[in-house]
This record gives sequence, C-alpha cells and structure tokens, in this order.
Amino acid sequence: MMASSYNAKDEDGHITVSGPGGGTLKNKKPDNTAFKQQRLPAWQPILTAGTVLPAFFIIGLIFIPIGIGLYVTSNNIKELEIDYTGVDMSSPCFNCSQNFSWNSTRPCTCTIPFYLEQAFESNVFMYYGLSNFYQNHRRYVKSRDDSQLNGDIEALLNPSKECEPYARNENKPIAPCGAIANSMFNDTLELFYIDPNGTKIQIPLMKKGIAWWTDKHVKFRNPGGNNPNLTAVFQGTTKPVNWRKPVYELDTDSENNGFINEDFIVWMRTAALPTFRKLYRIIQKKNSMIPTLPRGNYTLEVVYNYPVGSFEGRKRMILSTISWMGGKNPFLGIAYITVGSICFFLGVVLLIIHHKYGNRNNSADITN
Amino acid sequence: MLRRRLNRLLGGDERRVDSRTIYVGHRPCPATEAFIPPKFCDNRIVSSKYTVWNFLPKNLFEQFRRIANFYFLIIFLVQVIVDTPTSPVTSGLPLFFVITVTAIKQGYEDWLRHKADNEVNKYLVTVLENGQKIRTESEKIKVGDVVEVKEDETFPCDLILLQSSRDDDTCFVTTASLDGESNHKTHYTVPDTEKDLESLNATIECEQPQPDLYKFVGRMHIYKKDQEPAVRSLGPENLLLKGATLKNTQKICGVAVYTGMETKMALNYQGKSQKRSAVEKSINAFLLVYLCILVSKALVCTTLKYVWQSEPGQDEPWYNQKTQREKDTNLYLKMFTDFLSFMVLFNFIIPVSMYVTVEMQKFLGSFFITWDKDFFDPEIQEGALVNTSDLNEELGQVEYVFTDKTGTLTQNNMEFIECCIDGFQYKYRDAGSELDGFCVTDGPVSKLQQKAGREKEELFLRALCLCHTVQVKESPGPGQGQADGLMDQVDGLGLGGEVLRPEEQRGFIASSPDEVALVKGAMRYGFTFLGLESKNMKILNRNNDVEMYELLHVLNFDPVRRRMSVIVRSKSGDTLLFCKGADSSIFPRVRPEEVDRIRMHVERNATEGYRTLCVAYKQLSAEEYAQADAGLREARLALQDREEKLMAVYNQVETGMSLIGATAVEDRLQEEAAETMEALQGAGMKVWVLTGDKMETAKSTCYACRLFQRNTELLELTVRTLEDGGRKREERLHELLLDYHKKAVQDAPPVKAGVTRSWSTANQDYGFIIDGATLSMVLNSSHDSNSSRYKSLFLQICQNCTAVLCCRMAPLQKAQIVKMVKNSKGGPITLSIGDGANDVSMILEAHVGIGIKGKEGRQAVRNSDYAIPKLKHLKKLLLAHGHLYYVRIAHLVQYFFYKNLCFILPQFLYQFFCGYSQQPLYDAAYLTMYNICFTSMPILAYSLLEQHICIEVLLDNATLYREIAKNAMLRWRPFFYWTVLGVFHGLLFFFGVRYLFSNPALQDNGQVFGNWSYGTIVFTVLVFTVTLKLALDTRHWTWINHFVIWGSLAFYVFFSFFWGGIIWPFLRQQRLYFVFANMLSSVSAWLVIILLILLSLLPDILLVVFRKPRGPNARQLSEDSLLQTSDRSCHTTVLQAPEGARVKGSKE
Repeated sequence: MMASSYNAKDEDGHITVSGPGGGTLKNKKPDNTAFKQQRLPAWQPILTAGTVLPAFFIIGLIFIPIGIGLYVTSNNIKELEIDYTGVDMSSPCFNCSQNFSWNSTRPCTCTIPFYLEQAFESNVFMYYGLSNFYQNHRRYVKSRDDSQLNGDIEALLNPSKECEPYARNENKPIAPCGAIANSMFNDTLELFYIDPNGTKIQIPLMKKGIAWWTDKHVKFRNPGGNNPNLTAVFQGTTKPVNWRKPVYELDTDSENNGFINEDFIVWMRTAALPTFRKLYRIIQKKNSMIPTLPRGNYTLEVVYNYPVGSFEGRKRMILSTISWMGGKNPFLGIAYITVGSICFFLGVVLLIIHHKYGNRNNSADITN
Repeated sequence: MLRRRLNRLLGGDERRVDSRTIYVGHRPCPATEAFIPPKFCDNRIVSSKYTVWNFLPKNLFEQFRRIANFYFLIIFLVQVIVDTPTSPVTSGLPLFFVITVTAIKQGYEDWLRHKADNEVNKYLVTVLENGQKIRTESEKIKVGDVVEVKEDETFPCDLILLQSSRDDDTCFVTTASLDGESNHKTHYTVPDTEKDLESLNATIECEQPQPDLYKFVGRMHIYKKDQEPAVRSLGPENLLLKGATLKNTQKICGVAVYTGMETKMALNYQGKSQKRSAVEKSINAFLLVYLCILVSKALVCTTLKYVWQSEPGQDEPWYNQKTQREKDTNLYLKMFTDFLSFMVLFNFIIPVSMYVTVEMQKFLGSFFITWDKDFFDPEIQEGALVNTSDLNEELGQVEYVFTDKTGTLTQNNMEFIECCIDGFQYKYRDAGSELDGFCVTDGPVSKLQQKAGREKEELFLRALCLCHTVQVKESPGPGQGQADGLMDQVDGLGLGGEVLRPEEQRGFIASSPDEVALVKGAMRYGFTFLGLESKNMKILNRNNDVEMYELLHVLNFDPVRRRMSVIVRSKSGDTLLFCKGADSSIFPRVRPEEVDRIRMHVERNATEGYRTLCVAYKQLSAEEYAQADAGLREARLALQDREEKLMAVYNQVETGMSLIGATAVEDRLQEEAAETMEALQGAGMKVWVLTGDKMETAKSTCYACRLFQRNTELLELTVRTLEDGGRKREERLHELLLDYHKKAVQDAPPVKAGVTRSWSTANQDYGFIIDGATLSMVLNSSHDSNSSRYKSLFLQICQNCTAVLCCRMAPLQKAQIVKMVKNSKGGPITLSIGDGANDVSMILEAHVGIGIKGKEGRQAVRNSDYAIPKLKHLKKLLLAHGHLYYVRIAHLVQYFFYKNLCFILPQFLYQFFCGYSQQPLYDAAYLTMYNICFTSMPILAYSLLEQHICIEVLLDNATLYREIAKNAMLRWRPFFYWTVLGVFHGLLFFFGVRYLFSNPALQDNGQVFGNWSYGTIVFTVLVFTVTLKLALDTRHWTWINHFVIWGSLAFYVFFSFFWGGIIWPFLRQQRLYFVFANMLSSVSAWLVIILLILLSLLPDILLVVFRKPRGPNARQLSEDSLLQTSDRSCHTTVLQAPEGARVKGSKE
C-alpha cells in the first residue's frame, strides 16, 4: 500500500530549491553500524544430520515411555457406558422414548439394571452423553446472553437478540434466554446398588464441583447480587419454553440455584463435537477400604424427560474413574508411542543411510 | 481565444498556433491593436495531491482502487449485511488499520509537500513594476513580469534573461537541483535589448511549455519608436530555468515566460511509470489459486450443508429452532447467503496483512541499500540511491544486463594519449618516464618538430584549442573577478615557462570530457586555452604570446552529425572553420587523398580501445562566410523545425574541409569493471554492451572487461561484414544470420542449467557484434515475414552467446533492444545500467533501471530505479542485496500462504462436525489477531534480516546467483510444497485435537472441555508450529529475530491469559473466559500440543538430513565455504543448499 506513492527523494527538487545547491550532499555517508550494514552478530544454527540424528533418538526415547505411561494410565481407567435411549423394543426406556410429549405432567421413569464386572476404586465420575446433538451448531452456540447469565439486570429483562427465537415468550423476557438454555438436559439419573442380599441402596451423587470453578464463581451470577430471594429477582421473566420449572427452582440449595446451578453451567459450556459427554455427578470415595463402586448389580433409574428421537440422537450414562490425564482415551498413548517409534526408527534408518551415503559421497569427492 | 489572437498576429499561419505570446512587463505593444492580457497559470507550484477537503474521499477512493483493498471491503460489507459467523470487526479492524495507516502516511507526505510548496510559493522575490522594485511572494508572479534575481538565489520561474550585471551580457547558472550538473553554465541576454528595462517594449513568442530541459525555441519582437520591430531568436541559452541558481553574477533581470506548473522543472517532476516486479506476478498467480481454494471450500460446504439438512431432523431440531425471519427467507437466497457466509469464514486464507507485510518489507528493506557503506563513494560523497522499493527482489532475478560503455564500463575520464598530424604519429610521454626509443630527451615539443611541418602542427594545435565549447573555471577566491584569477594563472604559466603538470592545470568545464582532454592535450604541446572573453578566444601559444580569435559561430555537437565546428576570425582577418568529429563523419567531408594517410592511425588507435576524433579545417572566403552567417542566423530565428534547418546549414558549411590530423583519447576502465563483468557472467547473466561508440573501440573495451575472452569466437554482423561479399546487403544478412544461427544455436549442445562457465570449457563461447545500421535492418526489414524471422534468429543467436556487443546505437535503438529481449520467450528479467541521458530510454524500458552517478549529469539517476556511484557496486547490489531480497520476499510470500492455509484448514474441517453451520473454530479475537499480532512480526523480521548465505560468500561465489534464477523459489513446485505442508499441518492440528476430544473429560477433576477449548488448543498448536517452522527456516539469528520470535510466542500466551482473564464489559459473549488457563491446567492438552508441534515440524527436521549438498554448485560451494575463514559475521562452515534443493529433498 505504500507503493502507490511518493518518494521523498523524488521530491528533493521541490524541497531544496531554496537551499544552496549541493549542500545536502555532505551528510550522506552511511553510518557504519552493524545493523545498517547487515552485520549484526548472528547465531547461525546448523542443523546437520549429526545434530538431528541424536535428536531423533532422544525424541524416541522420551516419547515411547510417555506413550506407554499414557496408554497404561488410560487402560487402568475404568469406564462403563450404558445407552438408555430406548430405541430397541427390548430396552426398558422404549416406552418412555415412544410416548414422549412436552406437556405430559407425569414424568416417565425407566430402570436399567446392569452388572459391574470390576470395582471402581477411586472417585467415580458420572457423565451423561449425547450423540448426534449439534451443540456446536452456529445458530445454537451463539444463542445465549452472557451478560444476562452474569447477573446483569438490564440484560435479564432485555435479552440479546442473539437469543432469538428464545428471547421472549408471551411478551416476557426468557431467563435464561437462548437455545442452549432452553434445551438444557433434564433427565434425572439415579444409581442404586443391589446388595448381594437384594437390598437396593441409593448411591449418593454429589453435584458440586462438576462445573469450572471460574464459571461457577465469576462468569455465572444470579441477578440482584446476593439477594437470596430468587423468585423476586426473576420477577417479570418467564421460564424457557421447554423447561418444566423456572430457573429459580432448579435446586433447593441457594448456592446451586438460578444461574449458578452447576448442571445448568455445565450444559451452557457448549460441546465441541456432536457426540459429547458432560459431567453429571461425582460419586466420592468414602474410605480407602471399600471401593467406591464395588462389583455387583446396579440399577440406573432414569426420569426420562429429554427427547432425542426426533433427531436420531442417543443418550448414554457413563461411569468413569479419572486419572491425571483425564478420562479414558487411548489416543494420546498410542500417538506418543507411534511418534516415538517413528522417530526412533527414522533415527536408525537415517543413521544407516547417512553412514553409507556419507562414505560414498566422500569417496566421490576424492576421485573428483 | 488565444488561437484567434495569434492567428491575427501571425497572419494566419496555422502551424504556429501552439506557441504563446508574452508581453514583457505587461506593456501593450504597438503591433497589436488592443492589449488583452493573455491568461496563463499563476506561479504556484502544486505538488500536493490533496487538500483538507478532498483528502478523505480522494484518498479512500484511491486506496480502494487497489484490488486487494477492494476485496477486503467487499468481505467487510458482506459481513455487515449478511448474517455471518464472524463479526464485521474481524475483517473491518485490520482493513481499517491498513487504510488508516496508509492514509496517515500519505497525508503526512502530502503535508510535507504542502510545506515544501508553501516554502517555494511564499518565497519573496523582487518584481519590477513600472520602474519600482516590489517585493512580492513567488506565487504571485505572472507571465510577463520582469523579475530581478540576485546572486545565489534560485529562479522563481522560467525566465528569459534580459539584463545581467555582468559586462559581457552573460550570467552563470548551476542546475544542480535540476539535473545534478554542478558546473556553471553560461546564459546570454537577448541581444540588442535596451539597457533600460522600463522603456523596453517587446513581445516574446515561444513554444508552449514542454518538459525537455535543454530545448527552448522562441523569438522576441522588440518595438522601438519609429522603427521596424527587431526580431531576435531565443534559445535555451537565453532561458533561465526555475530551480537553477544564479552564480557569479550580482543580479539579473528576466521576464517570466513559464510559471508555476508550466515551468520545465514542474513538468519534469510528473509521472514516472510504475514498474511491477515478477514476484508480484507470482503472488497474483498464487492468490488466484487460493481464491479458487476459497471458493471451492465455500461451495463444498454450501452443497454439503444442504445435503445434510435434507435429512429429517437435522435442519431444525427441536432444541435449535430458527427465527421467523430465517424461516421466511427464500431457499435460494439462503443458499447464496450461506455461500457468502462460508466465504467470509474462510476469507482469512487471503490475508490483508500479507500486502501490508510485503509493502513494509520492501519499504524498510530498501534502506539497507541506501545504508550500505560499500556503496559509498568518497569521490562524490554519495552512496546508493533507491528511487523505488518495489523492485528490490527483481535485483536477484536479473538474466540480461544491458550496459552502456562510456561512463559505465569506462570512467569517462579522458586522457589525451596521442595524436596524428598529417600522417605522423605523436605520442606524448611525461618527460620523467621517458622510455620510448623514438622520444627525444628535450620533450615533446622537439619531438613534434622532427616529424610534421611546424605549420601543420601549430594549425592542428590551434584547432584543438579553438574547436570546443570548454569554459575555464574561475578561481573561487572571494571578491576576485574572473580576470584576476586568469591573470594569476597566466603569470604562473609564464614564469614556469614549461608545460604544466596535470595537477596544476587550470580547471576546465565542458559538456563532454573528451573536449577537456583535447584542450589539456594541446596544452601539453604548448598551446594553452585561456578562456573566452566577450566573444574572443584567447590562446597562449608556444612562444608565450597571446593570440586572440573572434568566435563567430559554434556549430554545436550533436549525436547525429557526430561532429562540431567553430568559425573564428583571426587577428589577421582570416575566417577559419575548425571541425572535429568521428572519423565516419569527417572522412566524407575532406579530400580523399588526405584520408588515407590518417585512416590507418585512426583504426589502429580504435583497436587499442582509444576514442578517436579527426580534426579538419577550412578557410572561409568572405562570401562563403557571409553566406554561412546569413544561413545560420536565419535558421536560428526559425520557430518551427529549427533543428532541421540548422542541421541543413551545418551540413552545408562543413564541406570541402582539409584533414589536419586525428587524436586518440583513452577512456579508462572503471574500477573493477572486469571483475564485475566476470562476476555477472559467472552468476549466469548475459551481458550486452550497448554503445554509441565505434565497433573497434567498443570491442577492445569488451576484451578489457573480459566480456570477450581470447577463445571467444566473435560473430560479427556489421555493415562491414555485410559489404564483404559484394552482394546485396539483404542477401548477405540472411546468409550470415543463418550461418551464425547454425553455429551458435543448432550445433551447440543444449545448455544444462547450473553448469558454470568454468565447467563448460569444452563448449565454444560465442560473442556477437552488431551495429546500429545492421540492427535496424534486422528489426525493420522491409518484408514483414523476413523481419520477424530475422528477429527471432537474431534473438536466438544472441541468447546463446556469452556476450553481445551492440555498437553505434542511437538511444532509441538501445531501448528497442531491451524491449525485444524483454518480450522474448520466457520473459527474462532485464537490467539496464547507464550514466548518461542517452541511456535514459533503456533504463526506463528495462525491468530494473540502474543509474550511475557519473559525469554526464543526473538524468540517468533521476530516471533510474536504483542509482549507484560506480559500476563495481553493481556486483554487490545484484549478488548480495538482490539475492537476499529475493530469497527473503519469496520465503515471505510462501510462508504467508502456508500459514494462512493451515490456519483456515481446521476451520474448514470443523464444518464437517458442526453441521456446516459456519461455526468458527477460533474465537473472533484469535481470528483477528492471528495475522496482525501473533505471526506477523517474526516473518517481517525474517524478511528483513535473513541471510541464508552470508554476504561474503554470496559475493565470492557468483554461481550462487543461478540457484535462484528464473524465480526458482516462487515457481509452482515450491508453492506446491508449501501448500502440501500447509495442508498436512492443518489436517494434523485438527484431527490430532479431534481424537483427543473423543473424550472431552481432559482435566484431572473430571470436568469437560467445550468447543472454545477445542479451538484454543488447535490455535495454540497453530501459532507455535507456524512460528517454530519459521524459526527452523531462519539461518541467521540476530537478537532481533530472537526477540521477535520468542516475543510473539510470549505475547500470544500473555494475550490469551489477558483476553480470557476478564469478563469484558460491552461484550454479550464471554466465550474465552478462562478457557486458556483451564487448557493449561490439563496435562492432556499439554501433551497433545507438544506432540502435534513436534509431529508437524518433523518433516522439516527430516529434510535437513536430506538437505545434503547436491550437484556441482553446491559441492563447490561447500568446499569454498570450508576454505572460508570465519569472518566477523560469517561462522558458517556448512551451508544449506537453498530452497530448490530442499524441495527436491522433500520429494524423495
């Protein structure tokens, strides 16, 4: 863009016409500085086969153990996945999935029995998973109002137009507005352990700590500051169309109610891919002696509220333990082992080639 | 209006309407019935483009005329109008930034121009009005005003000199600021004007303004009471140009003829054609490819989107309803807006910032040329000059070098070597270094006496002393008049009583250095030219007597006649004509029997590389003189076709002369001319010498410059060879061309790329010689079919010759040749280098024009793209600067395309996972900042500082230049390599993270990551990989590179924390809140980032192993560099083969 232009030297004639001729020529000797003479001291790294080959070996030697570590860690993670969508006739939730209607008042529940082959030792994380659910669709992703969720009264009553068509209902602003909030996952999952002697023990599920700390404490705020009376705060707003109850009745615990309800916050963090899982509950280890989830029979009781049949989605419940690298995912371990092996292998091959080629090259030089 | 008036005035002579009439002092003259002041423009210089009012619209209009800016404007508008995935800010902000910066820069420059204009326009000048001196501002001068100018002032407009304070009605002027010539030029008052300017009643008729500084035609009608109006001719010698400075004259008065924008200076500062470099053409080609990629990506996505949506439940699931407006939109309109949305989403593939960076690189990079102290010449106290920064990289691509001979290959510093009088040879030697057996100890004078008759000798020497336009430089002592200085020198001369050494000689100033050399030569033999005093030439002869000759006429030198003459009248009353000129122009005009005696000497001198001139004289009888005088005066008064008329008279007068002798003047080679030429040839450039000089002289210069070597077979195609066979010229031409073609083209083995000259000793080198006359036969042959055939034959021969010499060229023919080569197959890059006005046409024609700040004025420098003080600087300019600039910009361009490809590809791939909904993968801030902040500085630093091979090695190994010949780094192969690399990286980034996200629970507390974390991980990998890739390519790490590369990465991390660390007010979406910090708390994210970066760089690291020196050049190079002792900045022991080899490696 500077090309179209003026060149100061071109214009010299104009500028210096009144000056004495030739007077400007005196100071033209260029400075002898390293920068101007392009002689700045410089490090000139030379990547030769000699320096690269050891690097290959070192990478190989580092990556392979890391990969093995990752792979082993991932394998040690215990994971159990139960699809409760109810597509098959045989599935306990088949009825619920077929008879779904938005305005039914009586919740439909279904019970899925399962057997845990291995005991889950440490903390167990309970996820719900959805498939073919495009939480990353553009229309969906942008359909939220973070100002409203951050407790802004102004935004509470005037939701952003990005929330359309979930911004207003019956002339009242929707709180929380937008498609994301509207489609919040509302199945209730409960887990029961069937004692060897047949008693059904409910496993306590913890709902704290499932959302990012910063989301829970900073990004999401209830309007009206610390006013405990959320009903009053949300006065003048209406619940999202597909919700059964308003936002201020999400939980009885005031620390987990309204916009700072953790289930809600987790849902609001839109997933990256159409098949995703979200943290639902945490089953905490009680003491070191007994495993969190011992081997045995369990039932999963689902209050089936969330329809996925219309878009051929799937719903899953996942129980998983967690390691330092997160949930079960063999990808990283395999990738590290592969890359490490490739590097090592390349190092060996190159070493051989280099030696042979280098020698031949030298002799060729001599004959020349 | 003007036309009618003039017609009336001139009696309806239709041909003279394109002239203007000026009333001196605005006084009506008696000849015209009514005085109507003609309207001319005022004396305001306007070099500025804008005013305060029109700046914004005009500047914006000009900026958006550039296709790139327009494209981004369209994208921006689409974003504003259509519902697009990214906010208009993402493309609006960079565009706004670019437009603003450019506007500010242009505004500032325009402000400077306004200031300079004002300085000139408000300058106070003295205008004589009704006998009173009035101080007024320069801009208020009107055509016809009588202006007074004092010593050392510049002329405020173009003036006709009416009165000078000097006795001899002359004034001295320097035109340093116009054309750089610092010598004093003499200008003359209009003869016979009255001393009293108030009573002067005159009109001036002159041509309309035209830019040629050295041409002016006009005449002045002087009306005196009761007399016929007198008519005086006006020429350039009467015209004082705006911008020139008055010297050595107390004051002058002149009448303004051209003012303001119509002055010759203003006309000369207009419009220079823009040259575009080959790199830019490559960029445009690549852009086209990327545009196709962009459009096809958008098309693919749009199509798939509608295919996908046609499945039930996908288009509008219950959780993601459309708004009413979206539902109502027409399907085809929706498709179209979807297509536009995808275009917007992927538009970053063609970044605004590339244009900015390329421009910055060129602009800043050109400073290194001006700063280079190796280009500084202590003699003229100047370094290199860059007139355009657009062509830096073109310097690394030159295939043909067209060079002028005189002043470029040679120094244009003439030295008188010998002369030949009446067939006898006189060789001058310094008395001290007397070795020649023929010479007698008591000096040249006695030697002269031994040979030719004394009378002839003296006639010859007088001719040398008189036949020239040399001025004696006045002594610069303050308050000392011209005469004093002269007398001192005369005294000194008298006392010494012998020939002065060159150092002690007086200063002579002349338009051509040959003349000075001749005058100095005559001085050595005892005849000293003392100067011109009121039309009398004074000569100090051998007996220390002063001889006076009245100078009657000067028949100026011109390149067509190739001779000049003077007519003088001696004290004894004889009228003599002395003529000197090229042999070809003198021989036909003298008696043939005299020619034979001298021709041999002339030819021998010419083969030795000397410039020869023949000197002739003629005694004019009173009638002859009267006739000549009348003819000359008449021709000089002519307003139209003055040149032609003068020429006719000259030719008529300069006949029937008798030849006295010939001179030989040596023009020394420029410093290191031979080395430079050898280096250029070693670098694979073809050097063509285009000169107006004689073939023999030029040929010897070529030998001296080692352009022709002993074993070079010369193919001559000149008038002489054509006339050899005694047949028709055309036939002979045809025959010779075919013959040479067979020799040089068909029989020659195909030239292998990269084979140096030293390697191909088995091949016969050919040199080609052609002269102007033959060239015009080749180019303008009467039969059209033949013409094109001859031309292609000629081109093919020339292209297979190592050096081509074109002699006897007219300036326009030089340009013709350049044009022919430029437009030949393959479009080779041409470079012209020259120092004189006659080289301007070829400098303008070639891709790169280089001016030498030589002795022949500044025209070449003014019209060039680069100007250097000496020929030897060409070597570094091309081999080092050109090479580096080319490598830098080529890498810059490829890198830019690469980094945007792998930036956008993941975003494209993401569409397959988000229902083709145009969901951006990265946050808007990242989209905007990627090209502006995160990745722009390292590549800019690289493109300014990189020295992949250090300068010393480049200079020592000219063959390295061949490695980048033919745009090697920007051809489709390297482009393909970079594109594949970009695609590979893009795929790797996206799918690497994709598989990681198959379980999004990546933190050790079981919490999951969302789509923005996904994008941030990909983006982090991207920024690091792209920066580290550049780091891998950087061979020359200065502290700036370190600072910028690590600084950018640190800035990215810092920015990400900052951007995600705050709930931003005024933003409705806080997408990245703590996303980056959370990402860093996940070990898996770290591991995947490290893995992907390493895996992406693996191919590049791998290539290093394959990047072995290959081929003779590279091997030779590595040997050379091993020999190279560790220089200050050059510690390289093993050098990397440049890009080409690297690409080759990648294929294996």
